[in-house]
Amino acid sequence: MKILVNGAWREIERAELVGALEELGYGASAVSTAVNGEFVAAALRARTVLTEGDRIEVLAPMQGG
Amino acid sequence: MPRFYQTEVRSRLMLGTARYPSPAVLADAVRAARVEIVTVSLRRESAGERAGQAFWSLVRELGVRVLPNTAGCHTVKEAVTTAHMAREVFGTSWIKLEVIGEDDTLQPDVFGLVDAARILGAEGFEVFPYTTEDLVVAERLLAAGCKVLMPWGAPIGSGRGLNNLFGLTALRAHFPDVPLIIDAGLGVPSHAARALELGFDAVLINTAVAQARDPVQMAAAFAQAVEAGFAARQAGPIEPRDLAVPSTPLIGTAFRG
Repeated sequence: MKILVNGAWREIERAELVGALEELGYGASAVSTAVNGEFVAAALRARTVLTEGDRIEVLAPMQGG
Repeated sequence: MPRFYQTEVRSRLMLGTARYPSPAVLADAVRAARVEIVTVSLRRESAGERAGQAFWSLVRELGVRVLPNTAGCHTVKEAVTTAHMAREVFGTSWIKLEVIGEDDTLQPDVFGLVDAARILGAEGFEVFPYTTEDLVVAERLLAAGCKVLMPWGAPIGSGRGLNNLFGLTALRAHFPDVPLIIDAGLGVPSHAARALELGFDAVLINTAVAQARDPVQMAAAFAQAVEAGFAARQAGPIEPRDLAVPSTPLIGTAFRG
């Protein structure tokens, strides 16, 4: 299934968000996620099922002013 | 000591963490200025580089409190979603709320700002809104539940100082009990000292320190300026006058009469 991850198309096999993140290499990273513009808490990633064309944002701490 | 929501802090200087020459210089600047609060942000993370993880480790080692921002958000929806994501990653309900309305000046969209503040306040966030010196907007933000305001001094990164002294002075006078933090636009330590002399509770500095030739020395200079400005405010400055008033007593002046 193809999904848009941080603005780039990626092919994934696992449909649950938690599995997709592992597949994409985020593993144990301190990241926060949104699917189609809606925040998905870490606790809900296992229950969140992705579908073709979903837009995923994977954000992490960064310098800011 | 200023109190931001339920947290009392000793330092009246807050630092942003962006645009430093290196993470090591950022860390040294934070230590040199003895700040307790730094601002941080969220950005897209590359699974390969994991730059965000390294940065977060550095900040945690510094032992400071973080104030996440919603920089780059142009809509209420973006800002609210980013705030939720920040609360999860950083483990704090504090959020420096930015809803940008104009790209050349990075002026806040105050209408979106009030809407987003109301939503986030109802969801338990402790909102630090990046706003203008507009009194009516300030009233609306307070009504939305904000207990701290962050008026701009000048456009972000401009280094112009306190652009609207009249407006900022009026804001301070109008809300004597609300913690007010000057955010954005300060360029040199004297700007920060002036802000504290006017009665503002704290300042947030980023570019002026990070882009200085020697950020660590500049951070220390800002810390001294903030202390001086606060002490001056406490000491009660004289009122400016239009005409000279001799400081040396005139009684007994030679060659007179």
